[in-house]
Amino acid sequence: MTPEPFLGVIERTPVRHHILSVLVENKAGVLARIAGLFARRGFNIYSLAVAPSEGNARFSRVTIVVDAESAPLEQIVGQLDKLVNVVTIKDLAPRDAIERELLLATMSVDNSNRAQVLDVAANTGASIVDVNAASVTMMLAGTPSACDQLEKDLELFVGVELQRTGRVALPRLVQTATA
Amino acid sequence: MQLTGAQALIKSLEQEGVDTIFGLPGGAILPVYDPILDSSIRHILVRHEQGAGHMAEGYALATGKAGVAMVTSGPGATNIVTPIANAHMDSTPLVIITGQVATASIGSDAFQECDITGITMGITKHNFLIQSAHEIPRAVAAAFYLATSGRPGPVLIDLPKDVSQSTMEWWYPESIEELDLPGYHPEVAVDERAVARAVEIICRSERPVLYVGGGTLKSRAHQDLLAFAERTKMPVVTTLMARGAFPDSHEQHLGMPGMHGMYSAVAAIQKSDLLISLGARFDDRVTGQVSTFAANAKIIHVDIDKAEFNKVRRADVSLQTNVASALQALDAANATPQNLDVWWKEIRTWQERYPLVYDEPTTEGPLRPQHVIEAIAKKAAPGTIVSAGVGQHQMWASQFWEFEEPGTWVNSGGAGTMGFGVPAAIGAKVGRPDRTVWCIDGDGCFQMTAQELVTARAEGIPIKVAILNNAYLGMVRQWQEMFYEERYSEVYLSADLPDYVKWAEAMGCVGLRATNLQEMHDVIDQANLINDVPVVIDFRTDSSEKVFPMVAAGASNDDIMVHPLLRGEDQ
Repeated sequence: MTPEPFLGVIERTPVRHHILSVLVENKAGVLARIAGLFARRGFNIYSLAVAPSEGNARFSRVTIVVDAESAPLEQIVGQLDKLVNVVTIKDLAPRDAIERELLLATMSVDNSNRAQVLDVAANTGASIVDVNAASVTMMLAGTPSACDQLEKDLELFVGVELQRTGRVALPRLVQTATA
Repeated sequence: MQLTGAQALIKSLEQEGVDTIFGLPGGAILPVYDPILDSSIRHILVRHEQGAGHMAEGYALATGKAGVAMVTSGPGATNIVTPIANAHMDSTPLVIITGQVATASIGSDAFQECDITGITMGITKHNFLIQSAHEIPRAVAAAFYLATSGRPGPVLIDLPKDVSQSTMEWWYPESIEELDLPGYHPEVAVDERAVARAVEIICRSERPVLYVGGGTLKSRAHQDLLAFAERTKMPVVTTLMARGAFPDSHEQHLGMPGMHGMYSAVAAIQKSDLLISLGARFDDRVTGQVSTFAANAKIIHVDIDKAEFNKVRRADVSLQTNVASALQALDAANATPQNLDVWWKEIRTWQERYPLVYDEPTTEGPLRPQHVIEAIAKKAAPGTIVSAGVGQHQMWASQFWEFEEPGTWVNSGGAGTMGFGVPAAIGAKVGRPDRTVWCIDGDGCFQMTAQELVTARAEGIPIKVAILNNAYLGMVRQWQEMFYEERYSEVYLSADLPDYVKWAEAMGCVGLRATNLQEMHDVIDQANLINDVPVVIDFRTDSSEKVFPMVAAGASNDDIMVHPLLRGEDQ
């Protein structure tokens, strides 16, 4: 697999962000424990995505993008690790991670700008998931920077409703030479 | 064997070796109070749920075991929030059981409903909301394991009424694996490379200080500490949470560091070239201004909780393990500093020049609070346990009482909870009935939780309470005098209202009063002769007394203020 080049600072994301891939027990209140910890310790969360993990109903994976400016990463990880329901924490530096995000956007269109909207979609690699006489809905699953770009491009249009999922990430697998 | 959830809870507590529950019943916890009648566990009926929590803390601090408290839902649960927060700050092992409304009613704003697991999320080590009676044994076993292992702390179990009324087939977890805690690994192997780096730093050190915190007591490392300190000849300071971890009478002990610490302890830290922190957390009351705290010292930080590393002060070596294991590893590696004769000579100069002092007591009074504490200590049986509230009296108790062994100092450190003293003393006495227990209290603190003396009398728990009655919220008064140009705002309480002697008597205790020196000695002797009921003594002390030494909040430890009697030309 060819590693993607690290594109440097990503717009709309804190200057020094880190991705924590946190495996948690799938128990009631786990998300509240994590959110509460971040709030009371003054750590900033940039985005957060949660879903059951690895086909095992017992665990969920939480991908948290943290602002490493708001507190030392060591503190954030150390405090998070003290939550009894947190099983493992992988700290992914952006350059060591594969990050993806999904963006969904819907906007009103008419004959004057429909083509322009479809052009934006084509240029950014977004797919059109719904289209009718008065509106277009597009989706982009891609790198956070690609989503940033699409979001920026859509600023040209009025009446855009847009939702991003927050990123999910996994460590980039490094191929090691075999002896 | 079929049991109700309530029976399973009590049986689980019995399995964990619980001998005492401090509590107060109410609607949602009612089912659990029935099987208590058939249990060997002693239940102590408190007068306010806050009392139950602080008693459980006093019990835990005096015995080293987890303290157990049980209360009902809603206000019963919220009344115990302060002790939970207090225990969380001081890493005290507690298991708190709260009743909850029936599962079907949760979220409906039912009578006496409150989200106590939500409220206590940030002030417990962990908490459980039980969903079925079958889970009770696992939750109880996990609660005790969590509360007492790793960095100890309070764990809360919220038990809905229908769960305690439903039935289950009795079982009990037999191993840690059965507790279902995949994310909890309290045991950490000693990192030998970190030990090697620590040894290297120690061997180069010429001015080391052992900075001993509460974690030393929690890991029962006092013997290891004594052995290590005596072998290396290093000076020792014990924080407010660690009083008793190293004998005060030991010639290597410099006393307590911090805002009201001994001059020599503060100065030694400031001038040290190495601080070995043993289960301490660089609290602001110890460091003062962080940037000037032990500015030239290397730091070896030993803690079981890795989140403490580099939180306040960057460590040169972080050693994540319990204090006992760390000291054993350092001893095994023969970590020995340079010759410390010059260092000790300097320290002895500070000790001689700046001892603990107070103004000469007068025969007719008012009494000197420091003198009262010394007089009680002088006449106290060896091994006497001392509890305190929070404020001036607490600082004087820590300064003027000589602590010789672990578990003899019961106080509220991190949270600074006024009113802690009386209920904590009761809990300590229940845990250690063989020991004399004195509560050194302030008049402000006493008024917050004094009702628990009714509990003490009713349950036959003969503690002794010394109120250092200066008619003020003394510590606040001291700050207003020193930092607010003597503008005293809302700190006057009156020495005579309430009448503490009558109040004590109304609660079934012996009430005594001392206003002059002769009475002071007499009432202490009298109190020492009474061993069947609680005794309360109203000592009338001088309102203008202030706690010294003092480092003003946020100031540098270098700017420590000593007692006026010691202020020479060069101060």
